[in-house]
Amino acid sequence: MEKPFAITLDVGSSRANKTGSWRTERAVYVDRLPPCNHACPAGENIQQWLYHAEEGGEGYERAWRQIMEDNPFPAIMGRVCYHPCETSCNRGQLDEAVGINSVERFVGDEGIERGWRVKVEPSSSGKRVLVVGAGPSGLSAAYFLARLGHAVTIRDAGPMAGGMMRFGIPKYRLPREVLDAEVGRILDLGVGLELNSEVTNVVEAIADGGFDAAFLAVGAQIGKRAYVPAGSAAHVLDAVSMLHDMEGDERPLLGRRVAVYGGGDTAMDAARTAKRLGADEAVIVYRRSRERMPAHEVEVTEAQEEGVLMRWLSTVKRAEEGRLVLERMELDETGFPRPTGELETLEADALVLALGQECDLSLVEQVADIEVEDGVVQVGPNMMTGHPGVFAGGDMVPAERSVTVAIGHGKRAARHVDAWLRGAAYEAPPKHEIASFDKLNTWYYADAPRTHRPRLEAVRRQTTFEEVVEGLDESNAQFEARRCMSCGSCFSCDNCYGVCPDNAVLKLGEPGEGYAIDYDYCKGCGLCVAECPCGAIEMVPERH
Amino acid sequence: MPEQQVKFFQTGSFAVGNRLLDPEQRSVQARMERSNSLTCGHRACQGCGEALGARFALDAAMRATDGNLIAANATGCLEVFSTPYPESSWQLPWIHSLFGNAPAVASGVAAALRAKGRTDVRVVGQAGDGGTVDIGFACLSGMFERGDDVLFICYDNEAYMNTGVQRSAATPPAARTANTKPLGDQPGNVFGQGKNVPLIALAHELPYVATATVAELRDLEAKVERAMDFHGPRYIHIFVPCPLGWGSASRDTVRIARLVKETGLFPVFEAEHGEVVGVSKIRRRVPVEEYLKLQRRYAHLFRPRRRDDVIARLQAIADRNVERFGLLTDPDQAAAMPGEATDLAGLEAGADEPPERAAEETNLMRLLSETHGSPR
Repeated sequence: MEKPFAITLDVGSSRANKTGSWRTERAVYVDRLPPCNHACPAGENIQQWLYHAEEGGEGYERAWRQIMEDNPFPAIMGRVCYHPCETSCNRGQLDEAVGINSVERFVGDEGIERGWRVKVEPSSSGKRVLVVGAGPSGLSAAYFLARLGHAVTIRDAGPMAGGMMRFGIPKYRLPREVLDAEVGRILDLGVGLELNSEVTNVVEAIADGGFDAAFLAVGAQIGKRAYVPAGSAAHVLDAVSMLHDMEGDERPLLGRRVAVYGGGDTAMDAARTAKRLGADEAVIVYRRSRERMPAHEVEVTEAQEEGVLMRWLSTVKRAEEGRLVLERMELDETGFPRPTGELETLEADALVLALGQECDLSLVEQVADIEVEDGVVQVGPNMMTGHPGVFAGGDMVPAERSVTVAIGHGKRAARHVDAWLRGAAYEAPPKHEIASFDKLNTWYYADAPRTHRPRLEAVRRQTTFEEVVEGLDESNAQFEARRCMSCGSCFSCDNCYGVCPDNAVLKLGEPGEGYAIDYDYCKGCGLCVAECPCGAIEMVPERH
Repeated sequence: MPEQQVKFFQTGSFAVGNRLLDPEQRSVQARMERSNSLTCGHRACQGCGEALGARFALDAAMRATDGNLIAANATGCLEVFSTPYPESSWQLPWIHSLFGNAPAVASGVAAALRAKGRTDVRVVGQAGDGGTVDIGFACLSGMFERGDDVLFICYDNEAYMNTGVQRSAATPPAARTANTKPLGDQPGNVFGQGKNVPLIALAHELPYVATATVAELRDLEAKVERAMDFHGPRYIHIFVPCPLGWGSASRDTVRIARLVKETGLFPVFEAEHGEVVGVSKIRRRVPVEEYLKLQRRYAHLFRPRRRDDVIARLQAIADRNVERFGLLTDPDQAAAMPGEATDLAGLEAGADEPPERAAEETNLMRLLSETHGSPR
């Protein structure tokens, strides 16, 4: 072609100019660990299941299946978990934490209602594992072992499965239909359950039953007895037995005025249960102050709303018929309570002791290489006791005692048992850096206050064992799920693709298929990093 | 404002895209098939706001016209970094002539199209602030007056950046440039009248006048698209930070554009036929200092000693804009934020009606009606 006057070169595209050579730092996509996932004692991938739940409809089933990868009890979790995920949720620093627990409950209830199931190949490994204890830890271990292809038998000394979820947590927090449905789903995987079958010596039980390994999770079911001088007519009982008896045919007789001694969640449960059994007055006596109470805030608040009274900084000196003698305490500089010598009386027909729980470890007493210290069994990082092939978890090992922790132990132990059975060692994948609040650009998150679950109004809940906290419905569950900021995990918002002045971010496909950086043209300005809402891109120094 | 049309609660529509959104509602910049009117390999600095603004605006215009678009460009950074001979970054018909005549060239292209009966092809003229408010101003004024069918876009980075950061009539007070007293104890541009071309365009009662920033993509795209609904002269003024000239970090370009609006220093509005029909409300109001301290051109207000007197004068400009344009949702707005709706019906994509365009009579409208008679 003949060129115009004074033109000697053909027209070219600026794409010939590879501006990537200007770069001193490059943008790189990363996955950071959302703080909720990091805080979850059961290791749930919360961000991921909320991501599915945000879609609604079929997304709920995907959310449910994602939870089931890490925790077989979504509906139970949505009721009894103390949700450390919400405590650590970055959104709490913006407006209010995402109501993860309430969405989990909604998803869990959908799972029960719609009969969703996970599939396993029955006993493909040929190995047999004994699980002792049908509480949350044992059931969790059984579930994961079954999914890994092992034949599992659970033995429990009690008459029903569920452990402390049945005999410790009151119905108004965990309706038994929910418990039965989620436990039943595990048994449907082909897990054997032998009830009223106490294991007295674990090593013998393994040998006699031809098992290849065992997981012990007997829980902490014995109420600690503190010495309280009591007259012969005084009515003193312990909270664990009282809550246990609630599952029997005869409800415990407590009288009109009930005092509960202790400041943990069990004390709250006992006082709230006493109210429901007809007590006019339920008083919690605790030797320290409210700030130092080990009970979870939500339990204390709900108990107070129901009319449970609190006597802080008090100890029980002695119990007499119809009354208690209390001693006032004061906190010293270190926050330790010390007696003041001031006495007072509290009218009470019964004294319920909620001073902590201990484990019945008789099943390992005769096993020389299993070490017991401070009333709990010592285990290695792989959850194995000193005896090869015998693993332990839940309340009977040193850890925080909660249902969710116990479930997490069950999962971890299952992975280690599985590896051990194959003569290998399980190595958890390395954890990513945490997606802390400062990594986010929260401008992009629309303001949206949290949807609180309705609660049964106070008068009604004082007298019934109906569930106190009602669930979300579909629309507000989705609303709540969509409040998730997806910390550290790309959620396909297209911001990087949009804000690059050099078109150096390539969109690879539909949402979810991700992006790539075209390093031929990326000048390393860092705009994509600064404008990524969720902190899923970082700048790293360029290699030269 | 249009960017609020869809509520997701996770990111709203503040982000460029959203996977939960119906594909038709996605922004132009979220689309894989966007035209990338200004393609890779251009020589704009790292984090260039002008390159970003030009692609945002032209891609939206290309979509609105099905690709039947011609652009006339003034001299300036945008021209220099995109077309070093013989390369071009432009993926649309594009013409450059001189620094001062871009509006006239655009008018000529529009006249030629009219003469040829090509009603399907639309024309965009574009320039930086120098080419618009100073050198090209006479041509722009003529284009407005003659009623030429051109959308003129000014990418305002508040100085002559291409030649080494010299002051323009759009340089804000107190900003330091290469020729606004770089030395001495009172550096920075003087407090003066300036030349507010969006308001000058408004006074011409053009069919459409709007301001926008590169921080509000959806708003910007909606305005370009709206502008294409009209014929005759239209004007859009886009605030585009310049990391080099302003001494800001390249990663902060969008952040600075966000802050200029949130402080009130740059009012974001749109007007049709001389009436302001919409104002982009401040979402989280911040003092001007938040905006100033990210930029070295204002460093002399903080070091060696803090110039609270100067900062207060700049704050007064922002406050006046807030008052004049009605930039707050709620007059008591200090910490209060908009969008605190608990309306669950809004969950469905697109279910939210766009919040009412600010139809209430603002001081600006009063001002204009005093100047131009009562609103029609």
